Amino acid sequence: MTLLIEASHLSRYYGKHCAVNDVSFSLNNGEVLGFLGVNGAGKTTTMQMLSGNLAASAGSIRINGFDLQSQAKQAKQQLGYLPDVPPLYRELTVLEYLRYCAQLHGLAKHAATAAITYAQARCGLTPVSKRLIANLSKGYQQRIGIAQAILHNPKVIILDEPTVGLDPLQIREIRALIRELGQDHGVILSTHILTEVAETCSHVQIIHQGQLLLSDSIAGLQQRMGSRILQITTRFPVETAVLMAIPGVIAIETLNNQQLKIQHSNDHNPSQQITETIIAAGWELQELTPMPTSIEDIFIQLTEGHPA
Amino acid sequence: MSNLLAIAAREFKSLFLSPLAWTVLAILQLILAYLFLTQVETFVTLQSKLAAMVNGPGLTDIIVPPLFGNAGIVLLLVTPLLTMRMICEERRNKTLPLLLSAPVSITDIVLGKFLGVLGLLSVVLVLITVMPLSLLIGGTLDFGKLFANVIGLFLLMSAFTSIGLYMSCIAVHPTVAALGAFGTLLLLWIMDWSTAIRDQPNPLMEYLSILRHYQNLQSGLLSTADIGYFLLFSGGFLLLSIRHLASERLPQ
Repeated sequence: MTLLIEASHLSRYYGKHCAVNDVSFSLNNGEVLGFLGVNGAGKTTTMQMLSGNLAASAGSIRINGFDLQSQAKQAKQQLGYLPDVPPLYRELTVLEYLRYCAQLHGLAKHAATAAITYAQARCGLTPVSKRLIANLSKGYQQRIGIAQAILHNPKVIILDEPTVGLDPLQIREIRALIRELGQDHGVILSTHILTEVAETCSHVQIIHQGQLLLSDSIAGLQQRMGSRILQITTRFPVETAVLMAIPGVIAIETLNNQQLKIQHSNDHNPSQQITETIIAAGWELQELTPMPTSIEDIFIQLTEGHPA
Repeated sequence: MSNLLAIAAREFKSLFLSPLAWTVLAILQLILAYLFLTQVETFVTLQSKLAAMVNGPGLTDIIVPPLFGNAGIVLLLVTPLLTMRMICEERRNKTLPLLLSAPVSITDIVLGKFLGVLGLLSVVLVLITVMPLSLLIGGTLDFGKLFANVIGLFLLMSAFTSIGLYMSCIAVHPTVAALGAFGTLLLLWIMDWSTAIRDQPNPLMEYLSILRHYQNLQSGLLSTADIGYFLLFSGGFLLLSIRHLASERLPQ
């Protein structure tokens, strides 16, 4: 496990407006970190700071051990960045554009040709490699942006909303690509699509109004939030008042006569007592399933507490 | 260094991928060829009188300085159009992050762009120089004077490009950048007119005027003061461009 990104106490002000406030996090090799947040939460500003496009008002960033401020060239060598709008020269062909990107990263001619062929194949650009970028669809342009970010085989890949403008099939391909890249690189991607995080990321961070609200691995997150809803099916109708009396039960939602959804507190799981109560009352328990909490629930719960 | 050349090469190539560079080359060549031929005709008419003069102006004196002088004026109009997009368009098309996140310093970016446009202008310079050289078919030229004119025009071009680049850095829209560069250049060009009218020279105005320094070089006088003026001018605006781009990253 090598530490690829070390961001400590990052802040960025636009005039008096604070876009990012004291954010610290780290990224290891082999991790895919999902940056979640509503529009205007500070995702893009953080990404711009990580990629060296913006200087932080306070705090420091180290990329693979190199300080982004004082050792900018070495740090940026380790970095592939796709901004929210792919940085494309529309008057060039795909091949010319990628060749230019390779030159910018100082790849030798032979290495550049191999890298371009590889990146084009990975992003499905081989059939369009001789066409002008201006004439390609948005999906292709997005993929050229990704190809550009992975071209020089950087340690850290930063993708700002990589699946915007892609069709469902392409989204699936790109997500698979990101997961694959995450095995031997460190990947940060920002998104406001919650399922994307659940599908592609190993770690998740939720940023809201410039502050980091949560930072955890997906597995840890699911465990931490636990299962907070139980779905119960019985043969005979249940008196909800009896179940409400059980300690730990917060609310009961009646779906129909035989089905209930019981919400319980985090630290106290009352499933044992519920089972006993139902059996004792003779309602005949048929099913008791813990319902998984989705990232969406967590996200809404965290951000709603902090009105924008 | 290789990054710098990559940026310069792309800038140069992109100019030729748009109709702009071709149009500029064609129109410049047409106008200057017309002016060149007029000068040649003047020489032919005056030839018998000139031959009678002791120490009179030669072929080079009649043809080269007016040609290069006019080229300077036409370039004053044209260079802002070539430079207006350099940084401005990158910012508008959101391609600047590509350069800023690559292992390239801001100095490389600015110098690369500068050299790219200067490359195109060098093509213009070659095309202009070829015209008097064609006279070698039937005559002789004062190569020293021609060389001084070539150096002078090259320095003038680099000064025009550097100020255009700076305006492109600070302007939000390319048209504004072109207008800014054109206005500043015109002002610096005509600065010593006022002193000429009042018949009492103002040394500061005279020193600041681009025209004055260019004319000195054109007369075949390669003085350090004039060359220094152009180098300082170009270097100063390049430095300002670098500073401006670097400061854009910083919190306001």
